[in-house]
Amino acid sequence: MIDYPTLKLIWWLLVGVLLVGFAIMDGHDMGVGTLLPFVGKGDDERRVVINTVGPHWDGNQVWFITGGGAIFAAWPLVYATAFSGFYWAMLAVLWALFFRPVGFDYRSKIHDARWRSTWDWGLFVGGAVPPLIFGVAFGNLLQGVPFHFDDQLVSTYTGSFWQLLNPFALLAGVVSSAMITMHGGTYLAHRTEGAIQARAVKAAAGAAGLMVLAFIGAGLWLRVGGIEGFVITSVLDPAAAPDPLAKTVARSADAWWRNYATQPLLWALPALGVAGALLAAGLVAVRRTLAAFVASALAIVGVIGTAGAAMFPFVMPSSTMPAASLTVWDSVSSPLTLGLMLGATLIFMPLIVLYTGWAYRVMRGKVTVAHIRANSHTAY
Amino acid sequence: MINETLVDLSRLQFAATAMYHFLFVPLTLGMVWLLVIMETVYVMTGKPVWKDMTRFWGKLFGINFALGVTTGITLEFQFGTNWAYYSHYVGDVFGAPLAIEGLMAFFLESTFIGLFFFGWDRLSRTQHLMVTTLMAVGTNLSALWILIANGWMQNPVGAEFSWQTMRMEMTDFWAVVFNPDAQAKFVHTVSAGYVTGAMFVLSISAWYLLKGRDVEFAKRSFRVAAAFGLASVLSVIVLGDESGYTVGEAQQTKMAAIEAMWETEPAPASFNVIAGINEAEQRNDWAVEIPWVMGLIGTRSVSKEIPGIHEIKAKNRERIVNGITAVAALETLRKDRGNDDARRTLEATKGDLGFGLLLKKYTTDVRQATPEMIDRATNDTVPRVTPMFWSFRLMVGLGFAMLVLFALAFWSTLKTECAARPWILRWAVWMLPAPWIASELGWFVAEYGRQPWTIYGVLPTHLSVSTLSVNSLYGSLAGFVGFYTLLLVVEIYLMQKFARQGPGSLGTGRYANEPAHA
Ligand code: HDD
Ligand code: HEM
Ligand code: HEM
Repeated sequence: MIDYPTLKLIWWLLVGVLLVGFAIMDGHDMGVGTLLPFVGKGDDERRVVINTVGPHWDGNQVWFITGGGAIFAAWPLVYATAFSGFYWAMLAVLWALFFRPVGFDYRSKIHDARWRSTWDWGLFVGGAVPPLIFGVAFGNLLQGVPFHFDDQLVSTYTGSFWQLLNPFALLAGVVSSAMITMHGGTYLAHRTEGAIQARAVKAAAGAAGLMVLAFIGAGLWLRVGGIEGFVITSVLDPAAAPDPLAKTVARSADAWWRNYATQPLLWALPALGVAGALLAAGLVAVRRTLAAFVASALAIVGVIGTAGAAMFPFVMPSSTMPAASLTVWDSVSSPLTLGLMLGATLIFMPLIVLYTGWAYRVMRGKVTVAHIRANSHTAY
Repeated sequence: MINETLVDLSRLQFAATAMYHFLFVPLTLGMVWLLVIMETVYVMTGKPVWKDMTRFWGKLFGINFALGVTTGITLEFQFGTNWAYYSHYVGDVFGAPLAIEGLMAFFLESTFIGLFFFGWDRLSRTQHLMVTTLMAVGTNLSALWILIANGWMQNPVGAEFSWQTMRMEMTDFWAVVFNPDAQAKFVHTVSAGYVTGAMFVLSISAWYLLKGRDVEFAKRSFRVAAAFGLASVLSVIVLGDESGYTVGEAQQTKMAAIEAMWETEPAPASFNVIAGINEAEQRNDWAVEIPWVMGLIGTRSVSKEIPGIHEIKAKNRERIVNGITAVAALETLRKDRGNDDARRTLEATKGDLGFGLLLKKYTTDVRQATPEMIDRATNDTVPRVTPMFWSFRLMVGLGFAMLVLFALAFWSTLKTECAARPWILRWAVWMLPAPWIASELGWFVAEYGRQPWTIYGVLPTHLSVSTLSVNSLYGSLAGFVGFYTLLLVVEIYLMQKFARQGPGSLGTGRYANEPAHA
């Protein structure tokens, strides 16, 4: 048996893996959705864009769903506190996502220009809004979130939706949006040709540049802009039964940089974020599209990893009751549940990767206007 | 104290979104096997009409599936957004099946549905059939895991309360998985889904036959649906009472309410076919009874007694009183972790902790609870009888009506070459909504009947909510209902458009109503 502290640590990594998996897999079809109205001119071209992800978006979306389920099982307090606290932000994500299943499936079933263009904008919303909000949420996590617990661990959130939209959080939203747009752009460049591909290349390269600027800007802001991080000031026993009220926590200006100071190797993560994006821009410009897609995926690993490494062991710090902050050690499930879920993940994750890979292989190749015209009854 | 309006609105929102979800779920569950059957015949015989059947019904299946996904996403996150304390309190147990559902089922169904639609030209026949089958397995596994989660709410086995972490913790995963309640629910609910799929294909095929359109196509579809439907409806009915039969106090309480059984009757109890329920005086003014039947259904024996409502309430009152001690001990312990007395008291009374929590609806300090409060909490422990009684009877009635229809339809496809008589066909068309109504009623019985608990005997509903503002709830409820209703209208519009057009919508050149531009 794996001991409890190790299990807790593994689950921090696994949630990270799920988040990154979500950003890479669902991210590329959300990026495609974001770009849809801009890179597809006319109905046939839009259908080309949609059909590059048509067979895959639903499977990809399950990364999001399973991410939710896994956080429920492994970090129930985080699932409860974050989703109820960020209530309206979460609803905005859900409502935006509603446009996708119906957008993809219903859009081309009716021959009517207005109908189709309505769903195209629906797909845009479904692709653009969630990454923006996730970025904003991360921006807020880095600043601390106003919630507290009572004795019975009932959580109360005292902020408002509008407070979430502060300048730093919006900058984090830009990082996330640009990152996902870059990723979708590289994918689209890989699966299309001609004019659509040319527009996708431009969009991907532009988004990569924007992402690098915003990412570095957010880092500088965190360093010198007066955003205080959080540190645990009491001795915390990682093997103890999780109790988020058993520790003391202080705020300090350099808190989010301490992990980088003690483990300089972590600087590889932000470096990967920047280098991956620049590489993706360069590769996509010379039409090395598959390599560009991989580089952009690595950039995602770097960017998300950067934030995670800065905050470790915090997951959701509280600005109004710092001691109640949720950490990797004290917001987790019992050892039995963590162990079980680890087993399930180790069995099913490789299978998922295998059959998803097979599905992409079966559908490989460029999607073209000629192909859409030949299959106008079955294509999306 | 928790705002009652907030609790009611949260319940209403969960009920509304879940019931929307379950408009689409049963059709997915049933249609997917019909697609597997049709495609298997195609692969075995090579006759193109079977491929056309798979593709045409598959098209309608896809329109439905899209909204199944849209409505499902909400539910996956709604436990966190609206039931935060619930999520914290039972996430250790309840989260696991939900996460496994994602890993094991949702990935499977969602990945292969893409290949089902887009893979016809890229896969060999057997490969495509394999894809369809895996999609079917995926949807059914998803039902299994979510119903394991839901079954645990009715009968919370394999878990124990921990005062350090202030939550239920899993002690035995396999007890959760093999919970008899969950297994009974799974069989009954997926069978209900199969009935829904069969009725859908049967009704629409009957309509084509009545119009004399695409007869070869419709006849075959009708025959498959009739056979599959007959087997499924038998399974729903035979295995339907299994839900009532399974053990557990939640089910006993529900059964008493379903049967309007106020008093414990000597075994074997009789079955009230209909009754004049007098909720105020807690008795039936009159009843039409069949002797013995209830006892047989409920206990599978002639000698076991089934407890009536009054007896259940008397027992629950004792547990509430005992629960006061447990809640008080827990509260002391949370403030003073080293208090051994409180710990021992809690250990001794833990089994009734949930019952003590019921009083939190009436007072923040349960030690101050008056006898009158205890009476009110006791009355809460049995759901209102009238809605339970009639919903159940309507579900059962629809079940038997469908049994007769499927039996006639099946018999007529055996007897005559050209499918069925017009009156059977007409009846089949009219019965289209029946399985949906029965399923929604069934869920109402199961979920409303669990009140006042979210987790029976463990966590009362009114403690389970997130501490949101009432205005947030009004806003989100209006948003969900508005958005879903709009999407439902769009869905029904598309569904009837393609159903009316029929297999011609495939553009193969073999059917009536081919699109002009094909
Ligand atoms: C008995 C079956 C059943 C029940 C009780 C539920 N579901 Fe469901 N769900 C399905 C059977 C199903 C399915 C058959 O697998 C669906 C329905 C139609 C569909 O498209 O897939 C689905 C879709 C579906 C999806 C989208 C999955 C995807 O993208 O493939 C999610 C996230 C959920 N559901 C979540 C839930 C939650 C959290 C529920 C509990 C409150 C719930 N469902 C009740
Ligand atoms: C999809 C089919 C389902 C339908 C149609 C359905 C229906 C309902 C209804 C009518 C209520 C309101 C009961 C009341 O408050 O009076 C409710 C509440 C609830 N249900 Fe379900 N339910 C379904 C599945 C599930 C499943 C699978 C779960 C859990 C895994 C679940 C968990 C809940 C919870 C947490 C509540 C709110 C608390 C409560 O009122 O008890 N439901 N549901
Ligand atoms: C004809 C005999 C039937 C009997 C005796 C029967 C019995 C029951 C019982 C006792 C419950 C409540 C289970 C609980 O509280 O946990 C239930 C629930 C349910 N029923 Fe039925 N039922 C019948 C027919 C049908 C039909 C025809 C359908 C739909 C096609 C249906 C769909 C459902 C559903 C979806 C539920 C909720 C899920 C569950 O709790 O299993 N039932 N049924």
